[in-house]
Amino acid sequence: MGSKWAKVWPPLMAMIAFLLVWQGAVFFFRLEKWFLPGPAAVVQEAISIWPRLWEHTAATIRLTLLGFSLGALTGIIVGGLLHLVKRVKLSVYPLLVLSQNIPIIALGPLLVMWFGFGLLPKVLLIILVCFFPISVAMMIGLANSDPRLMNYMQMIGANKWHIFRRLELPHALPYLFSGLKIAAAYSVTSAIVAEWLGSSKGLGYFMQLSSKGFMAPRVFAAVLITITLSMSLFGIIALAERWIIRWQPRKEGG
Amino acid sequence: MTSALEVREVHKRFGRGGAAVDVLGGVSFAVEEGEFVSLIGPSGSGKSTLFQLIGGLEQPHKGEIRIGGQVTTGQRGHIAYMPQQASLLPWLTVAGNVELALEVAGTAREEARELTGSWLARVGLESYAGEYPHVLSGGMQQRVSFLRALLTPRSLMCLDEPFGALDALTRMQMQQWLLKLWEANRRSVLFVTHSIEEALLLSDRIVVLSASPAVVIRELRVPFERPRSETLWTDPEFNRLKQEIYAQLSQGEPAAR
Repeated sequence: MGSKWAKVWPPLMAMIAFLLVWQGAVFFFRLEKWFLPGPAAVVQEAISIWPRLWEHTAATIRLTLLGFSLGALTGIIVGGLLHLVKRVKLSVYPLLVLSQNIPIIALGPLLVMWFGFGLLPKVLLIILVCFFPISVAMMIGLANSDPRLMNYMQMIGANKWHIFRRLELPHALPYLFSGLKIAAAYSVTSAIVAEWLGSSKGLGYFMQLSSKGFMAPRVFAAVLITITLSMSLFGIIALAERWIIRWQPRKEGG
Repeated sequence: MTSALEVREVHKRFGRGGAAVDVLGGVSFAVEEGEFVSLIGPSGSGKSTLFQLIGGLEQPHKGEIRIGGQVTTGQRGHIAYMPQQASLLPWLTVAGNVELALEVAGTAREEARELTGSWLARVGLESYAGEYPHVLSGGMQQRVSFLRALLTPRSLMCLDEPFGALDALTRMQMQQWLLKLWEANRRSVLFVTHSIEEALLLSDRIVVLSASPAVVIRELRVPFERPRSETLWTDPEFNRLKQEIYAQLSQGEPAAR
């Protein structure tokens, strides 16, 4: 228990110090709320409009979870298929990398134009953003299994399916989870962008509305919630990883 | 009677043109049914290459390999195998690893489970059945690895320097353990080793390879009665044979460059 606290203390202290400096600066320089609100004002504002804020938060959670799950599924399937069919990998992989260089700020309005203001373009945007790190992580994991184990499997005459199912796939799981963690953070921010671009609900919409109305405390409250969402999703995936990958010797504090 | 394994005039060359290296220069030998044959040779004499050929991972340049009388040159899935490193899959339990080897060889899942359970108990590993391999010591891992090969329903067991990575004491214990198990369950075994003592202690016959390009320079029947034990080391005949093989191996070595 003692060692756990030793790890939690330093970042916690830094966080508290940061908040104090922030609050202190706002107080000392007499900054206006619409210009830069202090953390206390942000929390106060969040509490006072909580029912509305929660409605928007719930919409963002729904959109994020839907987009992330579909994106993860797409990523896993694409990664697996590209690994199994080498020829497809060679031809499609560069195209995938290329697709990742399209700025989502350009892609978003196009998707809205093609698919309207409903759920579909937003979900598509999140899928497009988060399938890529997942499929890349998956492919790297699948392609890099231990050569000694691979030699053993081949020597005993294991077929392609046995090798995939028993050697490559389990080996790829830790890689897959790294990909999922990255994609989790991406999916929350893409949901915000999607809502910003065309929506009547969600934190992205709420942020846009508040910032146009010079209501900085509300923007900050929405940012705070976004960070919390992102970190929660990350945490859930880390927990799932610990629960699924049980064969590794536990690292200290890992 | 057909041999468990027949290697006929096998040549293997790596590379092309001027850079080509002959690794095997026409190797021939056989392992009879229920016989324990050791393959010994200077390092770099192509023993591992020979195993890759027998396992079907590589094609010989010339020559033929027969397992149980059938030509299996370049075909996989005819042998039970124990590599130098235990190579247990880290995400499978001890029992899971043994079961996997049986499943790959075509044993039904239920049967594999039963067989694994009863054998783990027989060799005193039942308390580790549900553990992941990383909690086991090197010696324990090799026991699981050997059991996995022993239970695989294939007529030939190929053991590739299975004790090479163990410390001297563990190695001696493992030799005794393997000797006892094998003498109780005579399987056809091809055993690669660097250790002359190990070969003499365990095998019925020893095949001595030359340095590369490898050819068989000697085949010798080990005359000791079974069951054997470590007291063999004090036998004068044991030491005489050891000297003899040692001399032959040094001869097979090319002169210092």
